[in-house]
Amino acid sequence: MRHLLLGLPRLCDRRGIEVEGMTTAREFLKGNEALAYGALKTGLNAFFGYPITPSSEIPETLAVEFGNSQYPAFKVFLQAASEIEAINMVIGAAATGAKVMAATSGPGFSLKQEGISYAAAMELPMVIVDVNRGGPGLGNLGPEQTDYFQATRGGGHGGYRNIVLAPCSVPEMAAFPALAFSLAFKYRIPVIILTDAFLGQLKEDLMFPEVPAQQFETAWATTGARGPERHVLSSMHLELPELNRHSEHLRSKFEEIDRSEQRSEKYQTDDADVVLVAYGICARLAQRAVKDLRAKRIRAGLLRPITLSPFPKRELLALVGRGVQNFLVVELNTGQMVEDVQLAIGGRARIETAQKVGGLLPTPLDLVRRVEAMRR
Amino acid sequence: MIEVQGHYEVKLGPLPTLTGKPTHYCAGCEHGTLTRLIASALHELGARERTVLVDSVGCSVLAHEYINTDAIQAPHGRAPSVMTGIKRLRPDLLVFAVQGDGDAASIGLSELIFAANRGEPITVFLVNNGIYGMTGGQMAPTTPAGMVTMTTPRGRDIAVTGPPMDASKLLATLDGPAYVKRVLLPVTPTPSDDFYNARGSIEGARSVRNAFRVQEMGGFSFVEFVSTCNVNWKMSVLQSKHYATEVLAKVFPPGLFKDKFGVEKR
Repeated sequence: MRHLLLGLPRLCDRRGIEVEGMTTAREFLKGNEALAYGALKTGLNAFFGYPITPSSEIPETLAVEFGNSQYPAFKVFLQAASEIEAINMVIGAAATGAKVMAATSGPGFSLKQEGISYAAAMELPMVIVDVNRGGPGLGNLGPEQTDYFQATRGGGHGGYRNIVLAPCSVPEMAAFPALAFSLAFKYRIPVIILTDAFLGQLKEDLMFPEVPAQQFETAWATTGARGPERHVLSSMHLELPELNRHSEHLRSKFEEIDRSEQRSEKYQTDDADVVLVAYGICARLAQRAVKDLRAKRIRAGLLRPITLSPFPKRELLALVGRGVQNFLVVELNTGQMVEDVQLAIGGRARIETAQKVGGLLPTPLDLVRRVEAMRR
Repeated sequence: MIEVQGHYEVKLGPLPTLTGKPTHYCAGCEHGTLTRLIASALHELGARERTVLVDSVGCSVLAHEYINTDAIQAPHGRAPSVMTGIKRLRPDLLVFAVQGDGDAASIGLSELIFAANRGEPITVFLVNNGIYGMTGGQMAPTTPAGMVTMTTPRGRDIAVTGPPMDASKLLATLDGPAYVKRVLLPVTPTPSDDFYNARGSIEGARSVRNAFRVQEMGGFSFVEFVSTCNVNWKMSVLQSKHYATEVLAKVFPPGLFKDKFGVEKR
């Protein structure tokens, strides 16, 4: 699925002219709209949603396209009475082997955690989009990355991990549903697309990637017994050794994911002596900061995690191994991804943070100054 | 074989729709009875290979251990939503859940109401024994006034908790459901305790069969089975049958609340 990862966009100069090449713009869409179309183009079968700002363009777009003969696989669009109802409808639909998605934002993501825990336990493939807004509580409608822990640590009760993908542009919002579904079915696991209010509302031009028709193995689905064979999906294992076996199975599955699916993108890291670590919208700001730092002859680079879970530890370690001694972790929270960076590289390099919360963003200039201060 | 009003019958002995495992239900509990009624109806309909059972949370969580069809387990109270997801994607499947009163009438009341209001072609069997059984006898939304439970040690005070929740009556106020019925499932003893009337099982068998028929006709069907929980009521089996007949059946009188397709008349 590597070809679906588009990477950081080419940077434009102040007049909006692309410095490093041109793409052919076919569409000009909001991130949320692009994600909805991306899901449709990958053969989405069903969507169950509940409106919440700033994610509502996803159900709205899907509602408009429901019944469009261009998307014959899209059989069900249903607005649920609650976030809880929506995630449980997703569970039921996923149990039939369908490609099913839900989209929400922070407060709704919290409500969905119960269902996600059951889905993880029953190993149901599904895609859940969290358009991260300001929090905690009702917070506000601005962009934050404060749901990082909730997304990457499991989020609900019991021990499990999900795959978490972080797009950084509107073209990636369009491309990631295909990647998410292929991972969800390959490993029978919920996949979270963790984006934010900025990327959801941001309008950019894009070309939809060609998505090959994906057929997934669904022999496990509860679609009726076949002779003596029947399918039972249950998260309950009353015998202690039985739950122990199941939990160890979930653990070894995620260890395999950790080995095989770490994804990240590097920008100007080959000779870097300071590397910014940022995902989502922050990666865009950090990319500009790196470019500006380079203009000042400061050898800065950027590591952008694409999978937040599994976290791209190997790439970080490789940078440390190459002698990078300074990392600046940029995120829209008061310190969440930085813990994964610390876990990955331990005490082997200096780690500083640039954080902003409340729905505000740091400017590239803030980041440039931060890096300059680190070097003093 | 018990003949029930002509072509309704409850088969005893092994059935392909039963796994044959002994149930974990306590002696005197109606869950086992209902399991048999459901398995018998599914067998009669020849529906085993197109049925998905949705387990709820509570004593019915192990229903898939005994009913030999495909099954998926829903989070507490969410079975109607899980059923909706299955049925919308696979309208050809027969989808049903066995829920308890805590599951359906308390934590999952919203999910139940909205599934009913949409008229989802699914079937909910509600086992109402007026108490939380599996968690050890705490007050349920359906607990009758005055009943002593683990969380109402001085009896349920309805001035504090409100009166018992009547799920059947509530659903009957909606346009969505096609079939809403309440059955008193336990055997009813005569005053001298020397004779038991199994009318409840007969009525139950009819209702289970009708509920599945309504689903196949495209409607939402709901049958509430007023049942006993002698262990958590802290009664003998016999006392619990008296209590169900004399107290619970007064709070939740059996009746046909809704029958849009007229299946009861056929």
